[in-house]
Amino acid sequence: MIVDRINRATRRVPAWPIYIVAVAIAGFQFYQGLTGALGPEPINALEREYGELALKLLIAGLVITPLRTFTGVNLIKYRRAIGLSAFFFATAHLAVWAFLDVRAWSRVIEEIIKRPYVTIGMAAFVLLIPLAVTSNKASIRAMGANWRKLHKLTYPAVLLGGIHYVWLVKGWPAEPFIYLAVIIALLAVRFKPFRFQRARA
Amino acid sequence: MAYRWKNDLTRADVTPKSMWLNRRQIIAGAAGVGLVGSSAYAQDALTPNSKSDIESYNNFYEFGTGKEDPARNAGKLDTSNWTIAVDGLVDNPGEYSLNDLIGGLTVEERIYRFRCVEAWSMVVPWNGIELADILDRVGVQSSAKYVAFETVVQPENMIGVQRNVIPFPYVEGLRLDEARHPLTIMATGIYGEPMANQNGAPIRLVVPWKYGFKSIKSIVRISLVDEQPPSTWNLINAREYGFYSNVNPNVSHPRWSQATERKIGGGLFAARQDTLMFNGYDEVAGLYEGMDLATFY
Ligand code: HEM
Repeated sequence: MIVDRINRATRRVPAWPIYIVAVAIAGFQFYQGLTGALGPEPINALEREYGELALKLLIAGLVITPLRTFTGVNLIKYRRAIGLSAFFFATAHLAVWAFLDVRAWSRVIEEIIKRPYVTIGMAAFVLLIPLAVTSNKASIRAMGANWRKLHKLTYPAVLLGGIHYVWLVKGWPAEPFIYLAVIIALLAVRFKPFRFQRARA
Repeated sequence: MAYRWKNDLTRADVTPKSMWLNRRQIIAGAAGVGLVGSSAYAQDALTPNSKSDIESYNNFYEFGTGKEDPARNAGKLDTSNWTIAVDGLVDNPGEYSLNDLIGGLTVEERIYRFRCVEAWSMVVPWNGIELADILDRVGVQSSAKYVAFETVVQPENMIGVQRNVIPFPYVEGLRLDEARHPLTIMATGIYGEPMANQNGAPIRLVVPWKYGFKSIKSIVRISLVDEQPPSTWNLINAREYGFYSNVNPNVSHPRWSQATERKIGGGLFAARQDTLMFNGYDEVAGLYEGMDLATFY
């Protein structure tokens, strides 16, 4: 069956190339910004590229568990690399915003306090920090059951990331609302009522 | 009536055509090897943007919400047989062809700073006609107090309209004295050539001391009215976008600080520059004498 074949294939495909691809993509986009390939306003373009990739990867991380429970496809071994890559892009996003876009510490602080969509983005980022720091074998071993509890912070973090995006757009473009809907759906399937139905089925 | 305002930015000291065509590449290349310093920037602040900058970074929600969407999608706009309805409190109402409305009027080059509410800016060498001249042609009645404008809606050609990203048609308005100010023009060209569709072809408003969204594009209706007309962004969110929307570094916007701006086209390391009251066009201050611009933002 296809599921078995995928699961068998994952044994041969390691997770580490994900890190290399993530760094390569970020580097390439930065290079595009330098050469003009991101258009006449590369700072904003880069900020957006990194932010969107962070959100996409966070969502990808949320897909893995439901994918296994609903289809049997097990990609769990890639989850840490996906999550850490998401954090990497979120950091790059924040760095572009602070160092290339805003460029003054006083204004960085002011913006974080004053603009709700930035506050929300920052909250998402802060929630991700302990997750990134503990995404290693040693922490998992040391923390035991607390590790799983701590990593439930992923849910509010991703949700805040989605709200951040919806909040910052003007008008009613579809993309941010699609992202938010997907996030809410992926969080909803983790709620008890859904789990019971599955157990009975 | 034309020539009531003299360019303070000039093209002569700036850009031969070969230069404006690829200024961005030059700057980007310089940035790549770390050559763009602040001195290069200061001189850059008043230099017209390249044609490609002006035509590739636009807000024109009829063609999508992304900055690069209008360049990609506005080719579909049908500008043939363009007519402009002139109605309301005018002596000569009617459906005007472009030629009937502006034929014979003086087209000037006006190099203006253009400041978007999103805290970016450019410098654009427009070719246009003083709106006052057009208003004189259609004959404004004494009871008129405001001018209202409307953008074309061609649903089959406009992906943003199909997706309903904001209410359409896009509408804007000016007080009559703002409309008659010598700085206010109806532009038909950029860099001496007919303007690209994404810039608002075939005819658009340019009000350089107001945030860019006031400078409504691809106009099909001009109405003279006695009450303050609706304006699209004000309808969407009155708290964020006032009717006046004069560039004002002291009135903060919920989304973007208006104290500074970044001129596009400066590459990945472009610094911000301070935003000036009325976008630097102090000559309009008299229009707002006695008004609290924090209330009438
Ligand atoms: C988990 C953390 C975050 C995620 C997932 C995220 C995601 C995003 C996304 C998807 C966008 C829109 C991109 C687009 O329009 O294509 C965005 C824009 C933005 N983000 Fe974040 N973000 C995060 C954290 C932050 C932080 C910490 C800040 C600043 C303190 C920030 C500031 C911004 C700003 C200013 C924009 C708007 C850029 C513009 O003006 O267009 N974000 N972010």
